[in-house]
Amino acid sequence: MTKLTVDGIQVEVPSGTSVLQACEVAGKEIPRFCYHERLSVAGNCRMCIVEIAGSRKPLVSSCSQPVGEGMVVKTDTEAVRAARRGTMELLLINHPLDCPICDQGGECDLQDQAFAYGRDCSRFSEKKRAVRDKYMGPLIRTVMTRCIQCSRCIRFTNEIAGVPELGGINRGENLEITPFIEQGLSSELSGNLIDVCPVGALTSRPTAFHFRSWELKNSDAIDVMDAVGTNIMIQVRGNEVMRILPRINDDVNEEWLSDKGRFSLDGLKNRRLDRPWVRINGKLTEVSWEEAVNAAATKLKSVSADRIGAIAGDLCDAESMFALKQLMNNLGSSNTDCCQDGAFYDLSQRGLYLFNSTIAGIENADALLIIGSFPRHEAPVLNARIRKRWLSLTQEFPIGMVGPLPSDPNYKVSHLGQDLSVIDQILEGKHDFAEILKSAKKPMIILGHGALTRSDASAIFSKVVQLATKYEVVTPNWNGFNVLHHSASRVAGLDLGFVPQNQGKNIAAMLNNGVEVLWLLDADEFDVKTIPDNCFVIYQGHHGEKAAARADVILPGATYTEKSGTYTNTEGRVQRSYRAIFPPGMAKEDWSIIVAVAKACEHELPFYDLESLRDQMVKNHPVFASIGLQESNLDLQKYTGATSKNIEKQPVMSIISDYFLTNSISRASSTMQECSKLRQTISAEAAE
Amino acid sequence: MLSDKDRIFTNLYGHDDWHLAGARKRGDWDNTKAILALGRETIIKTIIESGLRGRGGAGFSTGMKWSFMPKKEGPLPHYMVINGDESEPGTCKDREVMRHEPHKIVEGALLASFAIGAHTAYIYIRGEYYNEANHLQAAIDEAYEAGLIGKNACGSGWDFDFYIHRGAGAYICGEETAQLESLEGKKGMPRLKPPFPAGSGLYGCPTTINNVESISVTPTIMRRGAAWFAGIGRPNNTGPKLMALSGHIEKPCVFEEALGVPLKKIIEKHGGGVRGGWDNLLAVIPGGSTMPLLTKEVCETVLMDFDDLRKVGSGLGTAGIIVMDKSTDLIKAIARISAFYKHESCGQCSPCREGSGWVMRVMQRMVEGRAEIEEIDLLEKITGQIENATICAMGMSVAWPVQALIRNFRPMMEQRIHEYKANHGGATQVQVPAEFSVGAR
Amino acid sequence: MSDKLVIKQPEEFAFDAESEKQIEKILSKYPPKRKASAVIPLLYVVQDQMNRQTKSAWVPKVAMQVVAERLEIAPIRVYEIASFYTMFNLKPIGQYHLQVCTTTPCWLRGSDNVVAACMKATGIEKIGQTSNDGLFTLSEVECLGACANAPILQVDHDYYEDMNAASTEALIEALRRGERPKPGSQIGRLNSAPIDHQVSSNKPEAKSSSEGANNVK
Ligand SMILES: Cc1cc2nc3c(=O)[nH]c(=O)nc-3n(C[C@H](O)[C@H](O)[C@H](O)COP(=O)(O)O)c2cc1C
Ligand code: SF4
Ligand code: FES
Repeated sequence: MTKLTVDGIQVEVPSGTSVLQACEVAGKEIPRFCYHERLSVAGNCRMCIVEIAGSRKPLVSSCSQPVGEGMVVKTDTEAVRAARRGTMELLLINHPLDCPICDQGGECDLQDQAFAYGRDCSRFSEKKRAVRDKYMGPLIRTVMTRCIQCSRCIRFTNEIAGVPELGGINRGENLEITPFIEQGLSSELSGNLIDVCPVGALTSRPTAFHFRSWELKNSDAIDVMDAVGTNIMIQVRGNEVMRILPRINDDVNEEWLSDKGRFSLDGLKNRRLDRPWVRINGKLTEVSWEEAVNAAATKLKSVSADRIGAIAGDLCDAESMFALKQLMNNLGSSNTDCCQDGAFYDLSQRGLYLFNSTIAGIENADALLIIGSFPRHEAPVLNARIRKRWLSLTQEFPIGMVGPLPSDPNYKVSHLGQDLSVIDQILEGKHDFAEILKSAKKPMIILGHGALTRSDASAIFSKVVQLATKYEVVTPNWNGFNVLHHSASRVAGLDLGFVPQNQGKNIAAMLNNGVEVLWLLDADEFDVKTIPDNCFVIYQGHHGEKAAARADVILPGATYTEKSGTYTNTEGRVQRSYRAIFPPGMAKEDWSIIVAVAKACEHELPFYDLESLRDQMVKNHPVFASIGLQESNLDLQKYTGATSKNIEKQPVMSIISDYFLTNSISRASSTMQECSKLRQTISAEAAE
Repeated sequence: MLSDKDRIFTNLYGHDDWHLAGARKRGDWDNTKAILALGRETIIKTIIESGLRGRGGAGFSTGMKWSFMPKKEGPLPHYMVINGDESEPGTCKDREVMRHEPHKIVEGALLASFAIGAHTAYIYIRGEYYNEANHLQAAIDEAYEAGLIGKNACGSGWDFDFYIHRGAGAYICGEETAQLESLEGKKGMPRLKPPFPAGSGLYGCPTTINNVESISVTPTIMRRGAAWFAGIGRPNNTGPKLMALSGHIEKPCVFEEALGVPLKKIIEKHGGGVRGGWDNLLAVIPGGSTMPLLTKEVCETVLMDFDDLRKVGSGLGTAGIIVMDKSTDLIKAIARISAFYKHESCGQCSPCREGSGWVMRVMQRMVEGRAEIEEIDLLEKITGQIENATICAMGMSVAWPVQALIRNFRPMMEQRIHEYKANHGGATQVQVPAEFSVGAR
Repeated sequence: MSDKLVIKQPEEFAFDAESEKQIEKILSKYPPKRKASAVIPLLYVVQDQMNRQTKSAWVPKVAMQVVAERLEIAPIRVYEIASFYTMFNLKPIGQYHLQVCTTTPCWLRGSDNVVAACMKATGIEKIGQTSNDGLFTLSEVECLGACANAPILQVDHDYYEDMNAASTEALIEALRRGERPKPGSQIGRLNSAPIDHQVSSNKPEAKSSSEGANNVK
C-alpha cells in the first residue's frame, strides 16, 4: 500500500495504482478522454494533468503516473487548470463542433469537459481538418471528423474484443482510425465501441437520429440473448424501447454487452403477437382473451392429464415457468421440459449444471479445457473474460478446445479436434493436455451444449466428471467444473424442476405422440414439424414464428422488456429484471395469462400477483430466495451417474449456426438479419 | 581548439580506407580484449570519469546511463540500442561516422554492450541512410569474420551480436522510446515513462540507448584514458565533439572540435566565416532546429558547449549549427521548421498532433504578414500550451524555435504584418485576436 | 496518403525467391517470438520486389496482408506501419524517385531552385506527381541529415549533394539516358569536408561555394 495526499486529503491505495485512480479514491474527479478503466493506459489525450509537488516535471498525466509514497498531488491549481484548458482548446480546434446534429450530444465527454475547461470562443481561424468516414458494419455509424484520436476504440478491439481490426493510419494531424478493409467489424462485442468512444465519432447506426439521450427513461433489466445474465439498462421513450445499454456489474459483464443484446431491439416490435387467436375450422381467427382462455381450458380439461405437456423456451422468466409448472402439476401432468434442445443434465447436485468457477472466477484459473462449446458465439461477454484471463501477464493460460472451431475464438487455443474420444486419452494421461491439467492449480473445464445435446451425452458427462475428479478440478477452494448454458431460461428451469418428473415425458417423448395437448411457453427453438398432426398446440409467446403458426390457441405474451421477471444465469446467479414498457396491443405478462387459464380450468393457482407468485416460488424453491449468486456445493464424490457407455465417434457440432439469429426476437430484428447476411458474405469470400 | 593529436575521428571525411584494415591502422580494434578484461565496473567508471555527455541531444552522462542497468542479468536479456536516426535538421555528423568510421561504431557497440551486460545490440539507422547502412553492414561483416564480434568476441569470452535495423522515414524514431517501438515493429510513438528503458526497454527488457557518436568515442576514451578526454573542453563539457555547419556559411562542413570553443571562432575557422562577412550575420541555430536561435550579439561571445548555450537560453543539442545571414527571411526559415515538426509529429498525443499544425499555419501566415499583431501573442500562448504537455520532448521542438523567434525578432514580425496591411487596404483585415475573451471561467 | 486513392491495387502478391532469401536473413536478426520487429524490413522487401518486377517501388495493400501473415500479426498493424513511415509508397511511383529536401538548412542553400529545376526537367507540375513518361516522381522530403552538403536531391537510395539548378537538370538528363551519375557532392567536394580541404589521397580543387546559395527573393 502507498500513502499519498491529494489536495490535502490523505489516501492509501495499493502500490502500482495510478495517480488518477488515487485521486478518485480521494473523491477528486479527473477529466480524461483516453483513459478507460478496462483498457490499457495510453496517456495520449493529456487531459488528466495534475501537479505533483517536487517532481522533475511538475505537470504529469495522472493516468499514466504510478503513485509514490508520500506523493503530494494537486488536482486544482491554476497551472493544472491552465494545462487542461490548453489541451482542451487544442482538441477542439479540428473538431467540427457539430453538437446539435450529433447523437452523442448530452453524453459526450468532449461536451462535458468543454463545459468545464473550454473557451467561449475559438482562437483557431485556420481551416479545420476533415476525415473521411469509415464503414464499420451495420452497427457502428462513423463520423470520423469528430474523432479525437484517443485510441480507445483501437485498444478495445485489440484487448477486449480480440479482433485487432482497427488501427490508426498515417501520422501527426493526419492520424485516422480505420479498419484494414472496410467490410464491417467481425466482433460480437462491437457495439461497446459506441460506449467506449468518448465523442460522437462512433455512434449507433441502427438508431441514428432516433432520439436524444435526455428523452429516455431507464429501467434495469437482464439480457436474455444468452445465459450470461448481462446487466442491462433498457431505455425507453413513451412505450418504445429506444436503446439498450450495459450496466456495470464486475461479477458478470463488467461493462460490456453483446451485439445481439444491444441491437436486437428492433425485433421487439416486428412480428409481434398482440392479440389472442384461436383456430376455428382450421383457420386462425382473432378472438377475445376470454374466448382464447376458454378454448385452451376446455381442451386441457378434455384430455387425461398424462396426455398434456408443456415446453418452456429459452427466453422465459422464472415466474412464468413456475406458474406453468404449477398449472401442469395441478392438472396432474408431469410432462414438463425446459430443454427444447433435449440436453442432458445430471440434476442430483445443482453444481452439476452450473458454471461453478463463476465468470469473474475465470480470471483466477490457470488452465482451461473447453468441451463441445464455442463461447465466442454462445456467450460473447463471458468469452471476453476468458480472453482477459488469457491476456493477463501474471501467468500463462493454456486453453484446450475439443469441438468445432467456426472462427477465431479470440484467444489462442490448442485445438484438440472435434472427436470427443480425446477425453478418453486425456483421462488416461495419454495426451499433452493431461500434463497441463495435472500441473494446473486451478484448472477449469467448460462443458458445452455441443456435447450435452448429443445422444451419448450421459456418457460424455460421466467421462467429464471422471476427468474433473482425476485432475482435481474441484477442490475445497476452487471449483473448475462448468456447464456453459446459452439459454437465458435454462438454469431457472432446471432449478424449478421444469423437467419431466415422476416418469413424465421429455420433449422427445411428447413429440413422439406422447401428448394430445402441448403448451409451448415461448418455445420456438425446435422443429415444429415434428409435432404430431393430431396434437392440440397452445402457443404462449410474443413472436409469430412457426410455432405460433402451428398453434390452435395463441396467447400473446410479453418480451423480457415488457415484464418483470427473474432470470438465473449460467453461474446460477439469480437476477431480477424490471418492466420497461407495456406489452403491445392485448398482449399480457405471461404469469397472468397462465393464472387466467388455470382459473378457467378450475385449478386456481395460489397467487394473484407477481409478489404472491414469487413468495410461493421461493417457498417451493428456496434458491430464488435472494438475488445474487447462490452458494452451491459440488461434491464429485457423490456423483452416481457413472455409466459404462462409450462416447460415440461422430464429431461434436456447433449448437449455434448463426450468432445473430438465435431466438425469435433477434430473428425479427432487421439489424440482426443484416449482420447475419454480412457475416455470411464475408466468410464466403474468405473461404474462396 | 582541438589539436590534431586529440582528434578521435581521423577519417571523418573518408579520404582513407574505412574497412577493417584501414580502421586498424588508425588504432581501432587495438587489443580490445584487454579493455574488456577490465570488466564492466571499470569501463563504466572510466566513461563516467571522462565526463562524456550523450551526443544525441539531451547531454546526459553516458557512463551514468550505463550504470542504471541491472548489475546482473536477470531472467530477461539486456539490450543495447544505438541511435543512428539522425534526423534533426542541421545535424549530419553520425552519417560521417557510419560511412567513414564504421568500425568505431562496431567496437564501441561491443564495449558498451559488454559494459551494460548485453549480448545483443541493434543500431537503428534512419532509412534514408541506405548507403551508410551498407558501409556499416560491411564493417559488421568484417568484424564477425575477424572474430572481433560474434561468439567469444575478441577472444574475451563475451558473446556479442550486432544488427542493423533500418528506419523508414520518421524523425520521431530518434526519440529513444519511439525508437524501441519502431524496433518492435510498431509505429514510432514515444512511450510513457515510467517505466524507463533501463528497467523495461526493448521487448520489455533492460535496455540502454545511446547516440552513434556517444558510442563511437568510447573505445578511444578507454584507450587514451578518462583524464585525456576530461582534459579537453571545459568542466562538465568535456571532450571533442562532432559538429556541423550549414546554411549561409562560406564552407559548410562537418568537423570535430573541442567543446567550449567560441561559436564565432568555429564559424570563422571551420566554416570560413559567414557568407558576406561576420557583419552579415542575422542569427544562428546552434544545435539542430529544435534549439532556440541566437542573435548575432549572442553569437559574438557564446561558447559552443552544453552549459554556455544553456545559459543564453538555447542548447548544444546535436551541435548542428545553422547559420543565417541578413538576406534570410527569418520568419520563413522558422516557419519551415514549424512545418517540419508538424510533418514529423507522430500524432499520438493531442497537444503535439493538433498544436504543431496550428503553429505551422499561423507561422505560414506570419511569413506573408497576413495576421494580426495579437496573433504573435497567440503563437506564444499556443506554443506554451504544447511545450510541456506532451509525452515526449517533441512538444519543446514545436515550441522553442517559434518562441525564440518571437523573443528576439518580434519587431520583424510586426513589421511584416504592418506591411501586409498596408498593401492590402489598411488595417481592416480581420484575424482572430489572441485574447478577446477570458477563456477561463 | 489516403486509402481511397484511385489506384489500381494488384489482386495478388507473393514473395519471389530473391525476396525469400532476404526474408530469411532478416528474420534471423530478431528473437523468434519477436518476428513483428521485421515489419519495416519486410515492407522494404516488398517495395524492392515491386521495383524489380514493375519498375515502380511501392507497397500494394495485398502485400501488407502477405507481410502480416508472414509475421503473424494483424494486417491493420502492417497498414499502420506502411502509412506511418514516409519511405513506403502506398501508390505506384515513377522509375526514379526524386526526393528534394526542402527543410530549412537545404532551403537556405537554394532547395527552391532544385525543386524548380526538377519540375522543369521532368515536366512535373506539382510536387507529389509523376512525370507523364512515368520515369520520375517528385517528392518533397524532410531533412535528409546531410545539411553540410545542402541542398540534397535524393534519387532512390542515393544522395546527390551540393546541388543547384544546373546540376539538377544535368542529373535528370543523365538519368533519362539511363546513366547513374556518381552520387555525392556535385561540386567536387570530398564528402562533408570544407570545400578547400586538402588531403593527401584526394585533392579536390578549391572552388567557390557561393553559387546557388541564395534563394531569398
Ligand atoms: C523528438 C526527438 C528526436 C530525437 N532524435 C534523435 C536522433 O535522431 N538521434 C539521437 O541520437 N538522439 C535523438 N534524440 C534523443 C534521444 O531520445 C536520446 O536522448 C539519445 O539517443 C540518447 O543518446 P545519448 O545519451 O548518447 O545522447 C531525439 C529526441 C527527441 C525528443
Ligand atoms: S473513434 Fe472515438 S474511440 Fe476511436 S480514437 Fe476516435 S474518439 Fe477515440
Ligand atoms: S486520460 Fe490521461 S492522458 Fe488521457
